[in-house]
Amino acid sequence: MNKFSWYEAKSVEDALQQVNSTVSEELYQHTNKATVFKSGGIDVFDWVKEGLLQPEKIVNIRNIPGLDKISYDQKKGLSIGSNVTLEEIASNPEIKNNYLALHQAVNHASTPQLRNISTLGGNIAQHNRCWYFRSVDHQCRRKGGDRCFARHSETGENENHAIIDNSSCVSVHASSISTALMAFNASVVIINSEGEKKIVSMDDFFVSPAKDIGMENILTAKELITEIILPAPSKNSRSAYIKEVARESYDWSLADVAVVVEVSGNTCRKASIVLGAAAPVPYRSLEAQQAIENKIINNDNAVAAAKAAMAIAKPLAKNGYKVPMFTSIIEQAILQTT
Amino acid sequence: MEDKNQGSDPKKTKSITRRSFLRGAGLSTAGSVLLTTNTFALDYKEQLAAGKEFGPEAMTIKMKVNGITESLSVEPRTTLASALRDHLELTGTKIVCDRGSCSACTVYLDGKPVNSCMMSVFDVGDKEITTIEGIAQNGKLHPVQEAFIEHDATQCGYCTPGMVMSCVHLLDTNTDINLEDVKKATRGNLCRCGTHPHVFKATLSASKKTT
Ligand SMILES: Cc1cc2nc3c(=O)[nH]c(=O)nc-3n(C[C@H](O)[C@H](O)[C@H](O)COP(=O)(O)OP(=O)(O)OC[C@H]3O[C@@H](n4cnc5c(N)ncnc54)[C@H](O)[C@@H]3O)c2cc1C
Ligand code: FES
Ligand code: FES
Repeated sequence: MNKFSWYEAKSVEDALQQVNSTVSEELYQHTNKATVFKSGGIDVFDWVKEGLLQPEKIVNIRNIPGLDKISYDQKKGLSIGSNVTLEEIASNPEIKNNYLALHQAVNHASTPQLRNISTLGGNIAQHNRCWYFRSVDHQCRRKGGDRCFARHSETGENENHAIIDNSSCVSVHASSISTALMAFNASVVIINSEGEKKIVSMDDFFVSPAKDIGMENILTAKELITEIILPAPSKNSRSAYIKEVARESYDWSLADVAVVVEVSGNTCRKASIVLGAAAPVPYRSLEAQQAIENKIINNDNAVAAAKAAMAIAKPLAKNGYKVPMFTSIIEQAILQTT
Repeated sequence: MEDKNQGSDPKKTKSITRRSFLRGAGLSTAGSVLLTTNTFALDYKEQLAAGKEFGPEAMTIKMKVNGITESLSVEPRTTLASALRDHLELTGTKIVCDRGSCSACTVYLDGKPVNSCMMSVFDVGDKEITTIEGIAQNGKLHPVQEAFIEHDATQCGYCTPGMVMSCVHLLDTNTDINLEDVKKATRGNLCRCGTHPHVFKATLSASKKTT
């Protein structure tokens, strides 16, 4: 790792005074003068160890008071502070009872050791795991280069990559927890250095590479996530989450899905269906939602919704297996809500 | 990160290392002993609230490891794993992947298992570290360690300290465990030699002995 100094932030305002870049910006621009945020630091140190990020200063926001609370209210819903660890979310009984798919997603993310360090703010703002993006030897488009190595039809190692919206960079977002958060219509609360607060829906938080290759989410340098909020679940809502991985023990997602439905009897009134590791950002499948809404939740309708979701897929040379994999888990997740 | 021993010179501050201290004192494990090798060591607890900048050069901080308050000269880029191994000579903690992917470097931070390779030593603050060296008590191995020997749960041994840390933590937090619990607790611990079945047996048998 390069030498960097460490600033121990005492408050949100204090942290925002110090910082001058997001990690994404610095990975794109390589100024080697960046001062960036670090929360759990799992992802930040990964980049620094690879030598791809050489910050001048790291602002530790992990100990800022007040960002580590979980609060749940039947009417207002759920608020999770940005510094809450993944393990604290996994072991919270109110989250398990009211937001089952989120509980399942967090339990399937990373390892027990990592969950004790990783924070929710850092998890949703983490950077994609494309091996070319994370390789010092490949100057890909996300790092200011002119090529996407992964998409090449012969030499591209793209088995983990996107099957939807993959006309630009073909990486997939690494946060499998975001799949569930988006399905619950979560929003991200962000504060800037002027003290202004904005609430951004998860649907608008992530930035597609087709729109801006240098950004993975809407955060700019002088902005900090303080909490993630989820509306209260309606009385008749149910949820399920399924993640497919290469190893049984733990792994990054090959394909994951979160389904939140509102039912009356057996009929689905409203559906929220989000796919992870399908597209460069978590992908809300309007196709699957429309196919299942106002239908009875049964095998045939679940299969039809899964097929509708995958009708738009355009797999690359080595990730065709994701299409049947998604078809199967979307169908299963919908059926699990009954 | 090719040089795992980077981020300050381990030799700088150590007039007494933990090993030589323990050797000299003729102890296998020490209780709460304050090492005052450097009276200018920063008490990190007082610094935390201050909105201060540290580094990039090395500075002396205090850290509580296995019940002993140690002083060590480190930079912000010094990982906790490197601080333990290279500065305090607690080489039981292993660095294998150095990326959070194998859990060989597992230590407890205030009782919770964490990857010491993915944290700065500045992340520790006033929290207490327990390493594999702190698991045996008064020269007596922990039941999990004994069961690992009995069930032949170690081969090359690189993953073993991390495995033991995960399994001891499981037994500390859950008195009634089954195979699924052990699998869950060791989910992050990779073993290239394939000791998992023996680790599972050892931990289940240790759990019967401790309850
Ligand atoms: C081996 C391994 C397996 C993993 N598996 C999974 C998995 O299956 N699913 C999954 O979802 N995750 C997984 N992760 C991710 C991991 O659990 C962490 O959540 C993630 O690496 C980052 O969390 P962090 O708190 O350490 O963030 P940091 O490293 O501190 O920060 C990450 C990014 O977010 C920015 N940031 C952090 N906090 C804020 C804030 N409050 N406001 C603005 N910006 C902020 C930082 O500047 C940085 O750009 C895995 C990680 C590893 C190493
Ligand atoms: S060495 Fe730390 S997790 Fe592998
Ligand atoms: S015993 Fe060799 S890695 Fe586990």
